[in-house]
Amino acid sequence: MGRACQRHFLTDMCGIAGILNLDGATVDPALPRRMIRLVRHRGPDDSGVHLEQGIGLAHARLSVIDPAGGGQPMSNDDGSLWITFNGEIFNYLELREELIRKGHRFRTRSDTEVVLRLYEVYGEECVQYCNGQWAFAIWDSRNRKLFLSRDRLGIVPLFYTMSSRSFLFASEIKSIFADSAVRRELDMVALDELFTFWTMLPPRTIFKGVRELPPGHSLSVENNDIRVRPYWRLDYRAGMQTTSAEEYGERLGELLWDATRIRLRSDVPVGSYLSGGLDSAVVTALMKRLTNARLKTFSIAFEDPDFDESPFQKKVVDYLETEHHEVRCSYQDIGRVFPEVIWHTEKPILRTAPAPLYLLSSLARDCGHKVILAGEGADEMLGGYDIFKEAKIRQFCDVFPDSKMRPLLLKRLYPYLRTLQSVPDSYRRAFFHKKSNGHSPAFVSHLPRWELTGRIKLFFSQAVKAEINGRQVYRDLEQILPENYFEWDGFSQAQYLETFYLLPGYILSSQGDRMSMAHSVEGRFPFLDHRVVELATAMPPRFKMKALQEKYILRRATAELVPPHLINRSKYPYRAPDAKSFFGDGPRRFADEYVEELLSPNRIQADGIFNPVAVQKLVDKARTGHVVGARDNMALVGILSTQLVIEKFLRNFDRESRHETDRTANTSIH
Amino acid sequence: MKLIEQQIRQFIDDNFLFGQEEDLRGDDSFMEKGTIDSTGVLELVTFLEEKYHIKIADEDLVPYNLDSIDSLVRFVTDKLNSNGKEPGHCKSKTS
Repeated sequence: MGRACQRHFLTDMCGIAGILNLDGATVDPALPRRMIRLVRHRGPDDSGVHLEQGIGLAHARLSVIDPAGGGQPMSNDDGSLWITFNGEIFNYLELREELIRKGHRFRTRSDTEVVLRLYEVYGEECVQYCNGQWAFAIWDSRNRKLFLSRDRLGIVPLFYTMSSRSFLFASEIKSIFADSAVRRELDMVALDELFTFWTMLPPRTIFKGVRELPPGHSLSVENNDIRVRPYWRLDYRAGMQTTSAEEYGERLGELLWDATRIRLRSDVPVGSYLSGGLDSAVVTALMKRLTNARLKTFSIAFEDPDFDESPFQKKVVDYLETEHHEVRCSYQDIGRVFPEVIWHTEKPILRTAPAPLYLLSSLARDCGHKVILAGEGADEMLGGYDIFKEAKIRQFCDVFPDSKMRPLLLKRLYPYLRTLQSVPDSYRRAFFHKKSNGHSPAFVSHLPRWELTGRIKLFFSQAVKAEINGRQVYRDLEQILPENYFEWDGFSQAQYLETFYLLPGYILSSQGDRMSMAHSVEGRFPFLDHRVVELATAMPPRFKMKALQEKYILRRATAELVPPHLINRSKYPYRAPDAKSFFGDGPRRFADEYVEELLSPNRIQADGIFNPVAVQKLVDKARTGHVVGARDNMALVGILSTQLVIEKFLRNFDRESRHETDRTANTSIH
Repeated sequence: MKLIEQQIRQFIDDNFLFGQEEDLRGDDSFMEKGTIDSTGVLELVTFLEEKYHIKIADEDLVPYNLDSIDSLVRFVTDKLNSNGKEPGHCKSKTS
């Protein structure tokens, strides 16, 4: 694969943006340029703008792979269609051959042109043929129609909004704010959702009026009408019930092989992220078998042993003989980069876990790697998270509520959380034994997590509490679930919730695309190949979690690929230190200057989202090292990151924008 | 008794309610109201042991002793009164 066999013409890492004036008025040429400048970290090497009456499309590209014909925005032969594309169509070679067989001719060898040709042939259905990760816009000038699409699982971001007379879209929200006609205002409903679910429910963003195009959806703007529709859905109908574990294992192995194979299509070296766990080891082992070159791997290590997995990473490195690089994170490292992290997440977060990934992509980039493969998606698709195990144990306890023995299984949950392990049994039982309390029983799996998270809303100011008072976030969620959700078994429902909102809303965005693209590194995820996903959703739950062994079928399918110790190692989720990253762990605790400033009573009062008295008590608690539980840690990170969003996007957006454009100023806009 | 209640209320207010919910009644269950999370009980126990110089045995770590202001006041008072007696003096009961 790779350089030795064949040159590849995948689009590479990019940023896109555009503006459509609904009244057909000429677009100010400076606007799309301003928009694309703000995402030049996504594609610092080259950029382009296409302007015609009423529309402007912009594109920022990382590497010039096909200078003769790969520039973007790109048009079809007669100039009636224009595309600006971000992402990869991994099966573009096969699609291209098929189109050539049907008589189509290509001007370039890029995957972008394949999408354009597919649109010529199939119209909006073109995305059904694509295996990949993308966000793109096609301007159809004959019909004066703008068509937008986002990949099935939400790997690549795409946002849009309406200003007084224009439709604007972009890879990141900051580009949309380049238009001064767009109001920059926090959405209190979004805060309510984020402080429950850890992210907003699509299409809401933290900014009022700005929407994300949900994963698996397309959008068209035609005759002043905006239409959003799904082209793909997750469906846990267990359609292959008669298939045996052997057959599922075999099929999964084949698909993972092929999913990795096509994700190695690249002209630049492809490395991988190693967590120390099974999923990333499987991906790396497959890469090793598919390539001849010595693989580079990248990992996060922590100075705090509670979070560090480097001994496990080393075992995988030794077994797979990779050239390994690691970034070793201290508390201070996380606190230091946290403001930059929030500039990229563009939303508050409740955990600092994205920050080390920001440092990791910087390391990969410094080592000359622009593309990495990672194990994301395996836990959602194949049942790896403790929340699935927790739901199963709680269900088991419910059968005989008076049993003294059954609840002992609860002790097997979250073995890596030291404080939780010290909690008395009766408390553990009470905490995990949340009933639905009048909420939909379909959410039972996630209620303990959401109720715990929701408690941090007590830090909201009276004004915010009054604004969200009486709202039912669970009802909001219930309304956007697919009808057949309520027919699925509990395990599948829990899987759906993780995959539908948390995967795109947090894992693939705040921890994924935003952290890697901040340093122009593209992540690719074999477990999120839609063929793997469709196999996993059709698979009965008993093959995903056998008794209490998570990812049973994956362990079975990949036992020969990875170090033997991994097959029996329990899931150890990726986490990072929270409060300690800002207040340290020593006897004298001083926070960084920006933390003191943003959490000061005056500042909290002025920004109006949180209650200054409550925040001060939390800060005092953190200063004395008493913020130990999940709730307090989430509150601290949630409040600080919200204050950073206000600081960067509401108070000082112009200054931050200048800083961003100065940082990437060595690029010319054509 | 009054002083103990005041001190306990202050601790709960500063560390779990952050000065927000003033309407916590003496018999409100911390767990039902979500006042403390699963690890919060450890913070609570550390506070009681340090503040009142008492030792709290594993069998005392049950909601009956620790799940409301009233039960905490009774538990601490019993502990202090039973100075020198076995910790098991306080009732152990699962909820």
